[in-house]
Amino acid sequence: MSVSEQVDATKLRNVPSSYSIAGWILLVLGVLLTAISFAINSKHASFSLIMTLTFVGTIGIGALFWVGVEYVSSAVWSTALRRPFEFVAGVIPFLIVLALPLLLNMRTVFEWTHRMLYKDNPELLLKAPYLNVPFFIIRTIVVFMVWWLFYHLITANSRKQDGTQDQRLTARNVKLSAGFMPIFALTLTVFSIDWLMSLTPNWFSTIFGVYLFAGSALAAMAFATLLIVKLNEKSLFPVKLTPDHYYNLGAFLFAFVNFWAYIGFSQFMLQWYGNLREETLWYIPRMHGSWAIVSIALVLVEFLIPFFLLITKPAKMDPRRLVFVSIWLLVAHAIDVYWMVVPAYDPGHAVFELSEVAFIILSVGILLSVFAYKAKGNNMVPIGDPKLQRGLEFHL
Amino acid sequence: VSTVAERRLYGIAALFDNVEKVLSASRAVVNKGYRSFDTYTPYPVHGLDNVMKLKRSRIGIVTLVVGLIGVVSLVLFTWWTNSVDYPLVIGGKPYFAWPSYVPLMFEMGVLFGAVSTVVALLAIWLGLPRNSHPLHDTEFQKRVSDDRFGICIEAEDALFDEKRTLEFLRSLGAETVDPIYFEAERITLKQRVLDPKFILAIVVVAIVSSGTTYFGLNKMLLIRPWSSLTNQAKVLPESGSEFYPDGFAMRPPVQGTVARSEMPDEFTASDLASAGKFLRNPLLPTPHVMKVGERDFNTYCSPCHGYFADGDSRLQGQFPSPPSLHADSLLRAPDGLYYSVITSGFQGIMPAYSRQIPRDERWAIIWYIRALQKSQNAEATISK
Repeated sequence: MSVSEQVDATKLRNVPSSYSIAGWILLVLGVLLTAISFAINSKHASFSLIMTLTFVGTIGIGALFWVGVEYVSSAVWSTALRRPFEFVAGVIPFLIVLALPLLLNMRTVFEWTHRMLYKDNPELLLKAPYLNVPFFIIRTIVVFMVWWLFYHLITANSRKQDGTQDQRLTARNVKLSAGFMPIFALTLTVFSIDWLMSLTPNWFSTIFGVYLFAGSALAAMAFATLLIVKLNEKSLFPVKLTPDHYYNLGAFLFAFVNFWAYIGFSQFMLQWYGNLREETLWYIPRMHGSWAIVSIALVLVEFLIPFFLLITKPAKMDPRRLVFVSIWLLVAHAIDVYWMVVPAYDPGHAVFELSEVAFIILSVGILLSVFAYKAKGNNMVPIGDPKLQRGLEFHL
Repeated sequence: VSTVAERRLYGIAALFDNVEKVLSASRAVVNKGYRSFDTYTPYPVHGLDNVMKLKRSRIGIVTLVVGLIGVVSLVLFTWWTNSVDYPLVIGGKPYFAWPSYVPLMFEMGVLFGAVSTVVALLAIWLGLPRNSHPLHDTEFQKRVSDDRFGICIEAEDALFDEKRTLEFLRSLGAETVDPIYFEAERITLKQRVLDPKFILAIVVVAIVSSGTTYFGLNKMLLIRPWSSLTNQAKVLPESGSEFYPDGFAMRPPVQGTVARSEMPDEFTASDLASAGKFLRNPLLPTPHVMKVGERDFNTYCSPCHGYFADGDSRLQGQFPSPPSLHADSLLRAPDGLYYSVITSGFQGIMPAYSRQIPRDERWAIIWYIRALQKSQNAEATISK
């Protein structure tokens, strides 16, 4: 069968309007709740906005990472599934909007912006050549611009191919993606240091960027899997996906659940065993009081439970299981982000107030509305991609 | 010499010359209702398991269960050795410091899981210790591991009938169809894991390997020429020297001499009064002496006496509490008494510090204690 026979052209832009309606409602509600929480407690709300930026940003850039991986590795199984990843990555241009209120308001969240503290904290003085306000703003703008540039170039080539079927566009995207991989590693590390590690400015960890990458790739895969399986099960997807396609999605979720746990545990064990003040100071608040409960819950929710939910082969192919685990892992990533950010706001208590609710609603609103918007304007399957034929015939 | 009558039929084997034929033939065999058959190919053929309607392998259960046993046994092992049998503080961690054992738990899980999977495959699926099989050395076996694809329907199948099965396979387009016979005396198809001979062989292997390991590590290393590490030309404790006629390993010091670090102390703890009376602090309270005294006091004395010699230390409750050094009797006590107590300990409660703290540093500590006493007992006066 040729590609044109296998693609149902009527379903190419077939995302139900409920997606965009729900997305817009949540987005407006989220903005409103964020504004209210800013009025109540602007410091707490700023931390909530950092959570939103991290959650949305990691899912967006993680999705672009998976698009790049497909090009670099010449994978065919995911060609028919690539567009949902591109649509999810569509949040990247909006990250600067989320960061803007924080950049204008840095002194409320970032302790290191207060130079008067340096006298009692000489380590901050040593870090000052990196951790200073002008350089921070430059880095943030450069990181988001670089992400936006690669997002724009890769997806523009991909879209253009729908009409021209030009194979050279794939070759061009392979080169772009190969360039993007090391830049992605570097920029995501910079992002993790600037927005998460610098909340505890005295903390040292050389693995934190990798930890954020593990969560980022996992959450992006979970969100795309959720959308793909949902659409395909309601026969809204323009091509027929097989259990073998599902298996690969499930296998990647399973792999990154393990990778996340491996990196998270590596960081914990080395710092716990070394027992150095500049390393353990990040873990001490997270191991006491109500934060200890969140830490234990995180291990269960993002590792042990999904590990057993995904371990068998039938589980990785079961659409209902995949939908459930994807939502589960998105919740886990939200807890992970909460666990990384909020102890800097209140080391004593795992607070859950309006700001946290605003974070969840705003994040889901942005992700859903951007996906629905992108899916309305673009084909759900890259119909001009030379790998599509083999992707549709993929068998394990 | 075996006769035809002793030979038993194992099955009917058919050879096909391409993969499409063997796939459609396998489908036909399944659809006909045969269950005891196998398809042999020289390389893995994708989709063959679906055509043959094979059930999912359950080997994963063995891997999971035995792997978890490995994890649990490692947990018990580390817990028992480190916190029950020989509790030992390592790196200031709790006895059972589980995070440091997680990599070991992982390794043991992988090791147990992997080895058990291989052993289970050999034992259950290949029938270890069976060392022969009716298909061994047959023309069929040679061809399916080279350039042909084969199907063998076994005689134990309920539908099996020598003549009809042969005809059926031929009708599927087989190149050759042959019955496979085997000698029942030589080859048994039963599972033989509990065969006494097999168990005996395992026991012998276990005894030989553990015996040689024991002999090698405990005996052989003490015999020449492997004993070069244990036999060295030096005198060990509790043994005599052959070098000096009197059997000593070293010459004793000349009568009446004192080694520099072994300066004897004139007064012991039993004679505090004399010590207080006759000993004088040989040092002057220079800034350097005070610094040394402060450092040593904070290192050796403050854990019990406290940083300000109040007797309220960070170890309070775990050791007997010393008195405050600001008590009247101690304020008046002479330097020599302090020196003697630091040197020899006090009433079996405070240990002797002559080994940890050199003589001059003990005197420096006493200067620092005097400074502490002055600082804590100063009169409040208003300077005009």
